[in-house]
Amino acid sequence: MKSTSTSYKFYKYKSSPIKLRKLFVLFLLLTGSIIILSPLFWMISTSLKSPAEIAQYPPSLIPKEFHFSNYIEAWKTAAFTRWTMNTVFIAVFVTIGNVLVNSLIAYAFAKIPFKGKNILFILVISTMLIPGFVTLVPQYILFSKLGWLNTYLPLIVPAFLGSAFFIFLLRQFTTSIPDELIEAAMLDGASHLQIWWKIILPLTKPALITVAIFSFNGAWNDLLGPLLYINDENLYTLQIGLTTFKGTVQTQWHYLISMSVMVLLPVLLLFFFFQRYFIEGSNISTSRKG
Amino acid sequence: MGKIEMSISKDLKSVKKKRHIKTGKRTRAGKNNLIGYLFISPWIIGFIGLMLGPMLFSLYASFTDYNITSKMNFIGLANYKHMFTVDDMFWTSLWNTLYYVLFSVPITTVGALLLAVLLNQKVKGMKIFRTIFYLPAVLSGVAVYFLWMQLLSPSTGMINTMLSWVGIEGPAWLFDPQWTKPALILMKMWSVGGGMLLYLASLQGVSKNVYEAAEIDGANIFHKFFHITLPMISPVIFFDLVTSTIGSFQIFQEAYVMSESGNGGPANSLLFYNLHMWNNAFKTFDMGYASGMAWILFVIIMILTVFQLKISKRWVHYEGGNDK
Repeated sequence: MKSTSTSYKFYKYKSSPIKLRKLFVLFLLLTGSIIILSPLFWMISTSLKSPAEIAQYPPSLIPKEFHFSNYIEAWKTAAFTRWTMNTVFIAVFVTIGNVLVNSLIAYAFAKIPFKGKNILFILVISTMLIPGFVTLVPQYILFSKLGWLNTYLPLIVPAFLGSAFFIFLLRQFTTSIPDELIEAAMLDGASHLQIWWKIILPLTKPALITVAIFSFNGAWNDLLGPLLYINDENLYTLQIGLTTFKGTVQTQWHYLISMSVMVLLPVLLLFFFFQRYFIEGSNISTSRKG
Repeated sequence: MGKIEMSISKDLKSVKKKRHIKTGKRTRAGKNNLIGYLFISPWIIGFIGLMLGPMLFSLYASFTDYNITSKMNFIGLANYKHMFTVDDMFWTSLWNTLYYVLFSVPITTVGALLLAVLLNQKVKGMKIFRTIFYLPAVLSGVAVYFLWMQLLSPSTGMINTMLSWVGIEGPAWLFDPQWTKPALILMKMWSVGGGMLLYLASLQGVSKNVYEAAEIDGANIFHKFFHITLPMISPVIFFDLVTSTIGSFQIFQEAYVMSESGNGGPANSLLFYNLHMWNNAFKTFDMGYASGMAWILFVIIMILTVFQLKISKRWVHYEGGNDK
């Protein structure tokens, strides 16, 4: 609707600077998009090249021959099937924990009046400022004393103990649910737990999907945790598997890059299907200050 | 935290006591306290067990020669003394990290802001452009590091190939100590879309009326940007600065994967603070020393955050006036 009015105005002398400006913006956007997308293009192109073509100078933009077999061969070089299943296993539990526990905590902070609530919430927020590396060493000592090394417990259990960022995000959402709904349910004799399960969870679904996606993505891409706690190759995740894969096939970049494409693929799919939720998650985090 | 436990037990008692007296709001308040703490108890357990407890333990450990297998011998300030006076790598790693923070934070902040302004224009197909620019922010982990190692390859990589098209001979990037950190900053810039989204949302929150009023007063596009847009979104800029400073200080995975055999090479140019801490903790198992490093990191970040907070009062504009 706006564009028609400008294209009409284009013939008038006065609005041609607007048209020029739009062209300039479009030019910048197109150039930027090419720059942003070129690494991904390069990645796919490299993943299909033969080792000789990767090493060739000057490099070719498009492979002379498409070696789709790179993908299959790379997959067979290491225990990627196993590592994928391990990663999915961890990511699913981390996601379940983050969604349920943080939603419950957020509900308490948003809707249940209890003593010391505000101070505790400030404490929750301020823990976001503590860098993770500060607690890394003592946490490792703790988990090793508990005998949790080489298990997934150090990776999964913390997800069931609340995350400041997700609590904050879900509290924002839960606060916006009208109190009347909750009061009405209470008059009907519902407990807080029932209200949370039957009213809050369904009504905050979009935010919960956002939390789920962020958690899954985070668990999928986590290298630090598995690197620290997992030594057994059978228990490796994709990230740590990929890291050690580099050591075994040092110069075989056609394998490294095709495996990288495969590891990124689920994240890309997640992004294209749930784009809205990715964007919402980032926007909610703004609203705390903005 | 004792206070919380006390109040929990108090609530428990009060609930028990009042079970017989069915009337009154006090019962409900007591119940709310109980339920409230019950619901947030996972966080309390996590906070005490995974944050407060470990931090206190590591504070104590930093005054010992703890190496996980032996018992802890109290050695006073020896770890800190060693850190500041003997361990050259401590200073190297601190310098590398500061270098990275000092360049990557301003560059990505300004980049994200400009990108957001660009993506806030009204052009057809803007949604697609926003998706494209945001995409790299979603991708992370080892696969992305491998991709960039390939892109940054001195002779056959994409970056230097593109540079050669415009007649520039690109550096050796990850193989030249002088260019390793710029290489990581370049990689970081690729995912500037995450910050962009933050700014885009806040730009859209600025009321049109303000701009229209300024236009009537004859303000041009630069006036509007510097005198309206920037002040209006300054709280978001501040938030972004604080969080990305903390985030950049924690750079580790990139260096671990992308440097020579993961030890911060070449010439220790990628030996970041956390990588040095990691090596001390998990390679030589010098847990006491690593704990000391963790606490110094904590202190540095707290100082920086308080500093940013103080400075912010001069330039961050809160709607409804600054309460100084």
